[in-house]
Amino acid sequence: MNTLILISIIPIVLLYLGLYKAKKALLPVSIIGLIVALGLAVAQWTTPDTAQPTFHGMLLFNNFSIAFSAITICSTILILLLSKGYFESISNHIAEYYAIILFSLAGIVVMVSYYNLTMLFIGIEIMSVSLYILAGIKKNDFASNEAALKYFLMGAFSTGFLLFGITLIYGASGSFNLEAIRNYAVTTPHLDPIFYTGIVLIIVGLCFKVGAAPFHFWTPDVYEGSPTLITAFMSTVVKTAGFAAFLRLFSACFSTVSDFWAPALVIIAIITLFIGNITALYQQSFKRMLAYSSISHAGYLLFAIVALGAGSANSILVYATAYSIASIIAFGALILVKQHSDSDSFESFNGLSARNPFLALVLTIAMLSLAGIPLTAGFIGKFYMFSGALTHYQGWLVIIAVINAIISIFYYFRVIIAMYFHTAERTEVVVPAYYKFVLGFSALVTIIIGIYPAFISKLI
Amino acid sequence: MTVSILLFLPVVAALAVLLFKNEAAKHAALFFAVVEFAIALIFLGRFVPDASTQFGVDLPWIPVLGVYFNAGIDGISMVMVLLTTLLVPLIILTTYQHQYKNAPVFYALILFMQAGLLVVFTALDGFLFYVGWEAALIPIYFICALWGGENRIRITLKFFIYTFAGSLFMLVGIIYLYLQTPAKTYDLHEFYSLSLDAHHQSFVFWAFFLAFAIKMPVFPFHTWQPDTYTEAPSAGTMMLSGIMLKMGIYGVIRWLIPNAPLGFLNWQALAIILSIIGIVYASIIAFKQTDGKRLVAYSSIAHVGLIAAGIFSWNSLGLQGAMIQMLSHGINIVGMFFIWDIISRRLNTRDISQLGGIAKVAPQFAIVFLIIVLGTVALPLTNGFIGEFLLLNGIFHAQIWLSAIAGLTIIFGAVYMLRMYKNVMQGETNALTLTFTDIHGSEKLVLGIICILIIGIGVYPQPILHISAAAVDNLVRSVTIKIITAGKY
Repeated sequence: MNTLILISIIPIVLLYLGLYKAKKALLPVSIIGLIVALGLAVAQWTTPDTAQPTFHGMLLFNNFSIAFSAITICSTILILLLSKGYFESISNHIAEYYAIILFSLAGIVVMVSYYNLTMLFIGIEIMSVSLYILAGIKKNDFASNEAALKYFLMGAFSTGFLLFGITLIYGASGSFNLEAIRNYAVTTPHLDPIFYTGIVLIIVGLCFKVGAAPFHFWTPDVYEGSPTLITAFMSTVVKTAGFAAFLRLFSACFSTVSDFWAPALVIIAIITLFIGNITALYQQSFKRMLAYSSISHAGYLLFAIVALGAGSANSILVYATAYSIASIIAFGALILVKQHSDSDSFESFNGLSARNPFLALVLTIAMLSLAGIPLTAGFIGKFYMFSGALTHYQGWLVIIAVINAIISIFYYFRVIIAMYFHTAERTEVVVPAYYKFVLGFSALVTIIIGIYPAFISKLI
Repeated sequence: MTVSILLFLPVVAALAVLLFKNEAAKHAALFFAVVEFAIALIFLGRFVPDASTQFGVDLPWIPVLGVYFNAGIDGISMVMVLLTTLLVPLIILTTYQHQYKNAPVFYALILFMQAGLLVVFTALDGFLFYVGWEAALIPIYFICALWGGENRIRITLKFFIYTFAGSLFMLVGIIYLYLQTPAKTYDLHEFYSLSLDAHHQSFVFWAFFLAFAIKMPVFPFHTWQPDTYTEAPSAGTMMLSGIMLKMGIYGVIRWLIPNAPLGFLNWQALAIILSIIGIVYASIIAFKQTDGKRLVAYSSIAHVGLIAAGIFSWNSLGLQGAMIQMLSHGINIVGMFFIWDIISRRLNTRDISQLGGIAKVAPQFAIVFLIIVLGTVALPLTNGFIGEFLLLNGIFHAQIWLSAIAGLTIIFGAVYMLRMYKNVMQGETNALTLTFTDIHGSEKLVLGIICILIIGIGVYPQPILHISAAAVDNLVRSVTIKIITAGKY
């Protein structure tokens, strides 16, 4: 639990550092703070899982929470390392960036460890409000402003749904506590209709947050308009947390009434897959392609919730890890390429293999991982999702997923084709040392998980 | 001594080759490939030709998922291992007079692909098999797309998506079988001992069949093949046609039919008919080709169609024919593509109508070309004959009429191959072909080895048939028992 406290304190320290103009200290303090927080989280790991709810049943920091806190903290560290020199170039108030990102992370830690619906709401709000600011942090940029406003309006709207859902659940069960809600759902012979209505509204609210179709309309514009690193943060850390929260609620409270909500989620998953993949095919901008591909990955992640079972948490963990590190590589590469060509179209990647072989190689690994090719982490993630869905005899759902995996090859390979098989008369791309570390490390992790997934395969 | 030496050496070799500079990388790659072949020969020396699996390795890989690094060699795998380890050094040798840019990467990819192929041919675990299957695909995609011809980008993407689509369905089939096993494992022998009903087996059949039919390719899943063969660099074409398509055939023998015998029984007729349509269809198109490489590509579809029909007839004769024909086809097709590589490199054209009379200026070339053509058209005392004879025999036992139609392949093959030989080698020498220089150096070595193999196997095929005989008999018997116990005979 100290993790949460520490992550809440670091941003305040950062704000003071900003006040005293200690710009150089910002990044080291954030990184060291996060590493300590990570250590504190991991230290609480127990086998078997014996964690008990704390703070009067508000939070439950069990192995599930530790694993998801760890992956979100790690992703944040990687993204912050990429921010070296990036924030300075777009604004003067850099202390605020670091602080707000970490505030958002504090909300995320709450989201993965809540044991009471009010904490879920508070966690989501801490995270979201921070993100509204981050999306609009390029104050003079039109697209950034649009992204912030759109995100805020849509986010506020979806929070309304979520909150209404929570109230209805409370109205039916008389409690915000997950265990009490579960007991209500298990023991009551005829559940109150408002309980079901509550579930539907919560699904709508959470699907907004994770960007699942048909509640995805904000995603492409917000992802495209926000500063690239913030987009990376939103599409990796935030998405992972959203699914962790989604899964915790549904496996803890609603697993006994899955007959009611599973069909709805199956349809949402299918629509999400098709909309994400087919729209991604037609994009000319790499960044927008990544936005749509993130929608389609949300579709695959929903499989784990549809096929709710003992392995669901682990499936989401593996998939989200694979997806996050590959996306971080993709966004990192995009930042570098954009610095040189001032465009985020596919054409700006032309001939990258000659301009910088290292960057081309890691980006290829990332694309192969996102496409789910064996020997990369992405394949292991897809493998889990397919196995989970097949366990529940959702054979045709898997067939649809396979068709979508095939479609996704087209747009992921477009990047590889641009890098290796098209030539361009452009200058070499220089990769700074920080980037080299982050991209190389992420690519290595992608390959290691792909070849030897045993160490991550049964964590939780 | 376990099979893991054989599987990991090419991976190590691939990484090692990357450290060399252009010319040295070529020699290093050849060195490693020859060492790999030597190791395969040692395995062959120690191999006891009974039905058992030997040199097994079984290590925990992802134990919680029931995934083990489980591989071994039986008679069927042994032939495939021989094929792979024999052809890779030959293929590397065919590139000796080429200058590829980024040569270390090129050779590393070939060696990495070899590792993937060997995993496929020895895997006894579904997950491992799938990983090897894809690990062979990624390198060949890059080989074709980086060093291929003009339209390579579009065509190789088509090839990749085609095969990837097939293999994803296979993955679904593998996971499905895994979920049915009581012990939740990907072990092949656990898969074999399942007894699903015919309906579910049909599902498994189609999941695997799509993957293998695309890979071989069987009509109507062949449309990627001629384009890809034509556009790929010669070494890539040889890897594809010589070794990679055998993944599909091997998959049918090891993974498709024994895992879903009842499903296979339901769809057997269709599978044989599709294979035979492929034979006739590809042969007719081959008549019309003017591009030599394309002609050979279509002839390959026809030959593979015959192998597929022989397997789908499912008896020991047909299967033994398929085993030896896979080896022979690999040798012949590599020789044939190398012949066209030599012609197109010297004369900058593959258009048959522009050629003629090369025999007069290059007598040695004429002799080896003729031997390879005769091997391909299955003349008695060449390696192609024994395989096709057994295959037709096998199909005959299943269906006399189909055997008659399938037998057309020999006649058709003779027509288009001999006509090609006549147009290219005989007749009047023209201004273009006058400049043709005879084969020398590494070319002579490769073609010499290929000719010796063609005649050697043709005259005395027994040692090779002996390797796989027991394993094939055993496999056929166990499948028959499964079908009988299910009450379908």
